[in-house]
Amino acid sequence: MENFTPFTGLIGGIIIGLAATLLLWFNGRIAGISGIFNGMVTARRKGDTLWRFLFILGMVAGGVAQQNLIEHSYQPLNAPLWLLVLGGVIVGFGTSMGSGCASGHGVCGLGRLSVRSLVAVLTFLSMGILTTYVVRHVLGVL
Amino acid sequence: MAHVHKFKFFAFLAGFLLSFGISYSGMINPEKILAFLDVAGNWDPTLLVVLGGAAGVTLVTFRFVMRMPKPLLHHQFVLPTLTKADRPLIMGQVLFGIGWGLIGYCPGPVFSSLALGYTEPVIVMLSMIAGAFMYKWSHSSK
Repeated sequence: MENFTPFTGLIGGIIIGLAATLLLWFNGRIAGISGIFNGMVTARRKGDTLWRFLFILGMVAGGVAQQNLIEHSYQPLNAPLWLLVLGGVIVGFGTSMGSGCASGHGVCGLGRLSVRSLVAVLTFLSMGILTTYVVRHVLGVL
Repeated sequence: MAHVHKFKFFAFLAGFLLSFGISYSGMINPEKILAFLDVAGNWDPTLLVVLGGAAGVTLVTFRFVMRMPKPLLHHQFVLPTLTKADRPLIMGQVLFGIGWGLIGYCPGPVFSSLALGYTEPVIVMLSMIAGAFMYKWSHSSK
């Protein structure tokens, strides 16, 4: 467990929680990233697109700022193209069908004590663990 | 500054902060996500600390925010209306978990890493969009 980084993890997590608080407190919205993004791409409604774009733009800028100002820690997975495409398509399809990802169901849904979100979190966590197990220890790749 | 401009500003700010937190926590790295999901390998439990920290904040702050009659910059809170863990939620989250376990990217980190000069997050984002449209079309053709 030498790769365990609880201190930066906790501080980062608190910042994530505060960001979600800000969006609900000021704008009255749930900080669900897939929901905000889908509302701008697949389900556009007049007058409801610009703030979504600015939120995503803020996300892109936030990553650039953290990586350049504090620590350049990001490393791509260097996975083959077909795997990135397959994984991305499944994530996009699944988060649309399941109305949310780790931010909406995890950070905000749990904060709202939503049973639906708790079921979502337990489902994607267990499926993620199962999939990684099969890929790494049964098929022996990656 | 009119409310409508403040609304957009806070959308950007919340996105920036959320992404800064994702990046700072280490969750921007797909390898770190996979190290969490790989419980049978060299396990890295950091993701649990991040999620716990974030949900710990929202559990407290959302209680206070939701007691307000409305958010500061909008006439009402816009919240998810579904409360039951229905079939689409479970199916969608099963798929999301599989895709997540395959590539270690969920929507948040994709945007955090989008403009760091690597093509990998761009490929995953485009694939996510394709997946979201596939769901939209399969759903609306019924």
